[in-house]
Amino acid sequence: MKFTSLLTSAAVALGLATGAMAEDKTKVGFVYVGPVGDGGWTYEHNKGRLAVEEHFGDKVETVFVESVPEGPDAERVMTQMALEGADLIFTTSFGYMDPTINVAKKFPNVKFEHATGYKTADNVSVYSARFYEGRAVQGHIAGKMTESNIIGYIGSYPIPEVIRGINSAYIHAKKVNPDVEFKIVWAYTWFDPAKEADAATVLIEQGADVILQHTDSTAPQAAAQEAGNVITFGQASDMSEYAPKPRVSSIIDNWAPYYIARTQAVMDGSWETVNTWDGIKEGMVEIGEISDAVPADIKEEALAMKAAMAAGEYHPFTGPIKKQDGSDWLAEGETADDGTLAGMNFYVEGLEGEIPQ
Amino acid sequence: MIVLEKRPQPSKAWSYATPLVAVLATMIFGGILFAILGKNPIQAIGTIFWEPLFGEFAFYYRPQLLVKGAPLVLIAIGLSLGFRAGIWNIGAEGQYIMGAIFGAGAGLAFYPLDAWYVFPIMVIAGAFGGWIWAMIPAFLKVRFGTNEILVSLMLVYVAEQFLASVSLGLLKNPEGHGFPGSRNLQSYESAHNAELIAGSGMHLGVVAAFVAVIFAYVLLNRHMLGFHIRLTGEAPRAAKFAGVNPARLILFCLGLAGALAGLAGMFEVSGPAGVVSIDFNVGYGFTAIIVAFLGRLHPLGILLAGGLMALTYIGGEIAQSQLGLPAAAIQVFQGMLLFFLLAFDLLTNYRIRAARSEVA
Repeated sequence: MKFTSLLTSAAVALGLATGAMAEDKTKVGFVYVGPVGDGGWTYEHNKGRLAVEEHFGDKVETVFVESVPEGPDAERVMTQMALEGADLIFTTSFGYMDPTINVAKKFPNVKFEHATGYKTADNVSVYSARFYEGRAVQGHIAGKMTESNIIGYIGSYPIPEVIRGINSAYIHAKKVNPDVEFKIVWAYTWFDPAKEADAATVLIEQGADVILQHTDSTAPQAAAQEAGNVITFGQASDMSEYAPKPRVSSIIDNWAPYYIARTQAVMDGSWETVNTWDGIKEGMVEIGEISDAVPADIKEEALAMKAAMAAGEYHPFTGPIKKQDGSDWLAEGETADDGTLAGMNFYVEGLEGEIPQ
Repeated sequence: MIVLEKRPQPSKAWSYATPLVAVLATMIFGGILFAILGKNPIQAIGTIFWEPLFGEFAFYYRPQLLVKGAPLVLIAIGLSLGFRAGIWNIGAEGQYIMGAIFGAGAGLAFYPLDAWYVFPIMVIAGAFGGWIWAMIPAFLKVRFGTNEILVSLMLVYVAEQFLASVSLGLLKNPEGHGFPGSRNLQSYESAHNAELIAGSGMHLGVVAAFVAVIFAYVLLNRHMLGFHIRLTGEAPRAAKFAGVNPARLILFCLGLAGALAGLAGMFEVSGPAGVVSIDFNVGYGFTAIIVAFLGRLHPLGILLAGGLMALTYIGGEIAQSQLGLPAAAIQVFQGMLLFFLLAFDLLTNYRIRAARSEVA
């Protein structure tokens, strides 16, 4: 009896809380694959969410659920947000693609935005950032800085986005240092500090003095710090707590402008399905401050490359580039088209090993 | 001074009361935790336990309880038989994965053939996948006396590697633009484990879970094999005299648990999940261990415990989005449940007595 009355009073309290909410607020939901405190991928998406709140103030209400597994659980979380009146839902991991499409079918009036996928619908847009532009800058610094000529790379999953990053970093490292060699470890996770630290340690033991990571936690930074003479780059977020060394620079995903623009579009009723792929030029990809551990001349070159990409004068995939098997990919001066880049499933010439199949 | 005194007989009353007391204690201490996080504890606990069942959108959450609970119950039933006999299969997660791979693989082999027999073959393949994976620790234990806890647990990680491999290679969707993951079985009608009634959450995996509960109940209470399982766990020496063949029992318990876990994986991949992907497994195999113990290794208890776990998952998500509770707080809350269960379990076998302290 007591138990039931406790629950009833709770339900009443809840009902009051929901009833008190203003009806004209635009409700924006975010589904995160990691915890908001991961210091990387999800952390930046959450910063984007907070920016939306700050920009619109009372006109907007945001909700989020973190650490949502990709699959039926994600579908349930999205459905729940839609049921509770979300007008716009950002689903921020590749594995949310099919669930997003499924839920979008059931809620034609709710707008969905799926990060890093390729399936769109009348009410589903996709967006991603050209992280490979940042990788080019990293590759340049890494190629110049390495003394062992071994660069370690922690891959998450062998999907096009990650392979693109490896290729871009390798091309630019090789350009400034022909002796450079990449060692790639696949962690099969986006966020698992223990696994990421293990991967970093293995790479360092194999002689790598530069670690690049495509996973979201700061564990590889900590592992590099412990090992001593190793440099790293922040991934997805600045990770500046590890600056000036081991973290010498970073790729920062700045989702805030996009999230604000899309929320505004929903408010105006001007929302349309788009396929956004922005880079340094639009500000979706930022290069974190290059620390003093990098000699001034290298820093200058890196910044020049960044400026060239921002101005649209330089494309990281500019020929001549051959594929790993020696076949021609890009002719002299030719740049890669977005279609090939989006589905990139091959290494460029010089990289060793095979993409896991 | 408080002393623990061993009961001559385990208390029946306490063995039934423990799960309830544990749930209550979890609510109280969970509430304190939520209060420390600055949330209204009554509102938070209310959201977790009340919203999915009786809230505004209960029409959606109730079926979801079945979807989330069914694999837990199906796996836990299999595990409980072994646990009763002192056979510790910790690797149900791996057996679940292998069931999904075999089941989906069998279905995709027929793609795009439209025939009634595709799904039954997938069911058999799924059960076989889980069974064969469980047979590895079973065979090694029977033949070489290895420890099934370690072997079955380690095989989970092997299964995860297999899962990654087939997602990237063998079962990769040829139309997936190079991304990992199989074709979506939800859009292949012959292989789709659809809801029997749209919106009810009832898919064949849920039916299988209910059947497994009944089957296990009958086995344990009405069948010689069930008697042998209980006897082996409670009095191994007596079991020996009663002519129980331990090797056969190990093969049976591990094999059945594996087959049921495999079925759970197969029903999940062909229904709610749809695709074989690198992150397909989300820990059902491990959570089912909690469910088995929370349900006192009793089939009906497991049914209730599976429902309760599903409730905390779904209610936890609602609490996250409505109240902004962190995911970690929900996980702590679930962890408390097992912790209190094990702690209060002590009272089944011991009684607490206030004894006069003998100070010199």
